[in-house]
Amino acid sequence: MTLAPKLARALFRRPLAEPVPPAPDSVVQALAERLEAAARRRLGRSLAIRQVNAGSCNGCELEIRALSDPFHDLERFGLRFVASPRHADVLLVTGPLSRNMREALERAWACTPDPKWIVAAGDCAADGGVFRGSYAVEDGITHALPVDLIIPGCPPTPAQLLEGLLALLEAQAGPAPPRHR
Amino acid sequence: MSAADRFPNGAAAECRPWPRHLLDPARWAALAADDSLTLLSLWAEPGLVHAAFLAEGGLLLASCPAPEGRYPALSPARLGAPLFERMIHDLWGLSAEGGVDPRPWLDHGRWGLVAPLSGRPVQTMLPPPQPEFLPAEGEGLHQMPLGPVHGGVTESAHFRFHLQGEAVLRLEARLGYAHRGIIGLMLGKSPRSAARFAARIAGDSTVAHAWAFAMAAEAAAELVPPPRALVLRAVMAELERIHNHLRSWGAICEAAGLAWPHARCAVLREGVLRACAAAFGHRLMMDRVVPGGVSGDIAPGGAAAILSALEAVAVEIPELAGLCETHAGLRNRITGIGIVTAELAARLGAGGPIGRASGRGFDARRLPGQAPYDELDPVVPVLPEGDVGARLRIRIAELRESIRLVPAMLARLPEGELRLSLPQRAGEGIGMVEGFRGECLHWMALDDGGLIRAVFPRDPSWLQYPLLEAAMQGGSAADFPLCEASFGCAVSGVDL
Repeated sequence: MTLAPKLARALFRRPLAEPVPPAPDSVVQALAERLEAAARRRLGRSLAIRQVNAGSCNGCELEIRALSDPFHDLERFGLRFVASPRHADVLLVTGPLSRNMREALERAWACTPDPKWIVAAGDCAADGGVFRGSYAVEDGITHALPVDLIIPGCPPTPAQLLEGLLALLEAQAGPAPPRHR
Repeated sequence: MSAADRFPNGAAAECRPWPRHLLDPARWAALAADDSLTLLSLWAEPGLVHAAFLAEGGLLLASCPAPEGRYPALSPARLGAPLFERMIHDLWGLSAEGGVDPRPWLDHGRWGLVAPLSGRPVQTMLPPPQPEFLPAEGEGLHQMPLGPVHGGVTESAHFRFHLQGEAVLRLEARLGYAHRGIIGLMLGKSPRSAARFAARIAGDSTVAHAWAFAMAAEAAAELVPPPRALVLRAVMAELERIHNHLRSWGAICEAAGLAWPHARCAVLREGVLRACAAAFGHRLMMDRVVPGGVSGDIAPGGAAAILSALEAVAVEIPELAGLCETHAGLRNRITGIGIVTAELAARLGAGGPIGRASGRGFDARRLPGQAPYDELDPVVPVLPEGDVGARLRIRIAELRESIRLVPAMLARLPEGELRLSLPQRAGEGIGMVEGFRGECLHWMALDDGGLIRAVFPRDPSWLQYPLLEAAMQGGSAADFPLCEASFGCAVSGVDL
């Protein structure tokens, strides 16, 4: 009885998912060149993401988790979070790279299958952020791993995160270089 | 018994608003046995150990000298003390004599330094040692390691389960992976420039920590922040409570296997965060609370944005809350699981919704002189059950109360200044603010130039991890995500 109006409302209500501005061409171009140079194989328009916290304050995690909410709805773009680095194409790393997490991050990277990308999310991951210079941190993910893309912000908003991840999707899904036999 | 009765001839240092008593080792050890006190925090500076207890009518602060790097342990009598004692050993190099657990805690042997805050840190080239875990005994036992890299989008921590089949014989948390050296970064800086570290102790409690830090700095410098700043701080703190309780609510339902409330809570939370961004210029309101006041005023139209976001939440709460009482599957998952007994919660002094779901009604907002809450008279819900369901119901009740408080505060926002500059002078102060997961307790000592000589920010999670371990004991390993979601402890708050 009470179900009918609910169903009707649900049928006619527009989805909450919001349109996202296209990734900036310059970023896509730069990323594409970087990936070209590394001669990495393409994975098509889908990326599996494993998030690794390398000592963040959990602010970045809040915004990364918000990517899965009905407004941002990450999965409609072919992006999804996976439970293990072994299933991942992208490591999304937050935090200034605490020395206590360095080995765990390197191990996670080592067991991520090729081709793989690494995205540093947040000011801390970019260069240590406010924690730069502490005895306990390595001043950014670049000190341990070859970062492909940095998404700045403290923390980056879900919109900024989405923009960065879509740029990566665009760049790596672009026309493949000619194959040499 | 007042502090003056307790220590008739003890010297008192001028810490505001509660004096700090300098005790000899014998009196210090006697404190450990005093049942009328609850240990809230234990920390150090070179050569000296400090403790904060909750006594009748406020805090009781005590200090004990640690000549030759040793002080009498509180851990034999205090359940909450072992983690603090291990942290004091790792950071300041002071050993608790007679302590129950000498293993390292935050120091994983990877800093290249030993005792970084001791004043004379020693460089080390030793390889990091293998972690040791407490043993468990029984037939057919096996261990399950979890983390530091977990399945979800979450913080880095290691959990070691000792299992017999599915049953958990012992759970132990190993933290420290997110140690960033926050105390070391704060030392020697002015409170104004160190505030950015306080705001990043735990991102989800950024307002509560920044406020407690500012409160300690203002107490040390004897500055009373302007009334408008105080009310704006409380508005932000309540918005923080609202968005985090919505998040926890969704997370508990998701861990219990019900997706719909998780999605609805996420939608409502996003509305609140956008209103926060419109009103204060940052979704999580980071760096908005600064020593001396607030960094900026509420934006024009900000109050209206907040009120409409809260209205949207208030409209949906009855249906979502009703689901928790009527949905058989959800009720089945949240009832009788992850029980924290009232006795244990009281002994550990667990704050926040965890304590209040186990009959411990402490809320720092109810302390005397906590402006502007003293005029608002916030209602503090308390339940006796101590299970996942009780923790969820406490959060829902607090959410409703915060939705009542914010419009009341916005309706009578006092006019006036937003920020006063902190006088550059010596002093010592302590500040306590009720965040969404419990009371954040910051202590600070300033030198003659007004720079931080010693500091300790204590997140409520310090006293909650031992409870999470206890709540899982005897339960099923498969209940861990649900239990963890209902606790909602912050790794980063403990890791510093």
